[in-house]
Amino acid sequence: MIRFDNVSKSYPKQNRPALRDVSLEIEKGEFVFLVGSSGSGKSTFLRLLLREERASTGQVHVLGKDLARLSNWKVPQMRRQLGTVFQDFRLLPSKTVSENVAFALEVIGKPRGEIRKAVPQVLELVGLGGKESRMPGELSGGEQQRVAIARAFVNRPMLLIADEPTGNLDPQTSVGIMKLLDRINRTGTTVIMATHDQQIVDQMRKRVIELEQGRLVRDQSRGVYGYQH
Amino acid sequence: MRAQFVLSEIGVGLRRNLTMTFAVIVSVALSLALFGGSLLMREQVSTMKGFWYDKVNVSIYLCNKTDAQSFPACAKGAATEDQKKEIRADLEKMAVVQKVQFETSDEAYKHYKEQFGKNSPIAASVTPDQMQESFRIKLKDPTKFQVISTAFSERPGVQMVQDQKDVLSDLFNLLNGMNFAALGVMCLMLVVALMLIVNTVRVSAFSRRRETGIMRLVGASSFYIQIPFVMEAAFAGLLGAGLACVLLVSGQYFLVNNWLVNHIDVITFIGWDAVLAKLPLVLAMGLLMPALAAFAALRKYLKV
Repeated sequence: MIRFDNVSKSYPKQNRPALRDVSLEIEKGEFVFLVGSSGSGKSTFLRLLLREERASTGQVHVLGKDLARLSNWKVPQMRRQLGTVFQDFRLLPSKTVSENVAFALEVIGKPRGEIRKAVPQVLELVGLGGKESRMPGELSGGEQQRVAIARAFVNRPMLLIADEPTGNLDPQTSVGIMKLLDRINRTGTTVIMATHDQQIVDQMRKRVIELEQGRLVRDQSRGVYGYQH
Repeated sequence: MRAQFVLSEIGVGLRRNLTMTFAVIVSVALSLALFGGSLLMREQVSTMKGFWYDKVNVSIYLCNKTDAQSFPACAKGAATEDQKKEIRADLEKMAVVQKVQFETSDEAYKHYKEQFGKNSPIAASVTPDQMQESFRIKLKDPTKFQVISTAFSERPGVQMVQDQKDVLSDLFNLLNGMNFAALGVMCLMLVVALMLIVNTVRVSAFSRRRETGIMRLVGASSFYIQIPFVMEAAFAGLLGAGLACVLLVSGQYFLVNNWLVNHIDVITFIGWDAVLAKLPLVLAMGLLMPALAAFAALRKYLKV
């Protein structure tokens, strides 16, 4: 599913590389937490998966493709098999819940009939049945994140990438979101989630990958958040 | 590709940047109207050249009795019959000459009176024997004046050789100058229009960065992300080009057909066919150039 072979990434004008010689493999259907303090390289890791950035050295394989060799015009095709969720939801404030989810399918040219069927289905799955025509501003943070997850999942991606999805939510709401991500994971979708939320990581007991100053310092199945800093 | 989706995006984009869109439309319209106008002007000048060069002659004025004092070339008195015959024979031998016509002083007097009017005091003070006899020569190639001039200006009995084309060339130079000025202004307007488009794209890329960011993440192709911006510019450009066409057509209708034709009858003016032939070019330019400018601007302002 995902393989990093000795991946390093340096940005221009920064002497310290953001990732240093990271090698790891993530299988299909896994649920992986990515932890580490700010600046440890989590974001760079996720950006490499999305091919927002390319590795400086080493190889990144996602869904069986070597991203360094993937030509630019094929990148959108690859991204259609990935879903992405962010801390700040990134919903369109002028569109309803349904329209926000439908937007993801419209812009990749899905036929209208398919959109009409898929959108209510996925909204039901994330627990927003009945709120299709609400505006994002009328929803709570947790509900907004559910819309974002619905949008990321509506195209049934192989891989869901979540960058601190509970970062803006209170603990109780976060638990709901985690349950949802877990449910999505059980449908066979690989989930990679970067987080700072110790409680969640400790509760879920999933694989934990820890980065520190760009190095992979821990890769533990059924792990906990980490040592007390 | 869902046409309805793209169209609604374009509509939203154009409404959001209404003032900017208006500025783009106006500047595209003005620059393309100038462009079309200058093409038509060029055509007008070449029609006029053809028309006039067909009529103008080279004239060889011969000395008459009264010229002996005023022109050094005529110091030996009026041209003799032998000199005239010789000049005529030599002219007819020349390859560049198409037709030679002799104008007697009586004929010259008549033309002169026609030009100034019977009652003009100037015309009244002139007598037929003051007018010069002349050869009116039609050349096969109007630009070959120099050949006649070198061959005949030093001949005994010749007062001077005049190229009537010289008189017109000032006019044509003026028209050409105006044409270049129009082209210059057009280029300037075009630069303004293109810069406006680049700026519009920048603003609209910024105001739509949320949408485009999401589109990128869910795997919309760069074509799909960029097409609304390009179409917005192309649409505004097409409106501008349409306006330019209206300007050109009304210019032909009001200025040329209803005014110039009535006031100036010695010139043949270009007709509708010339104007209509330019419109597709104007429309195509209005469509393509803003689209290309937008596309270039997107490479800078929109990450895809």
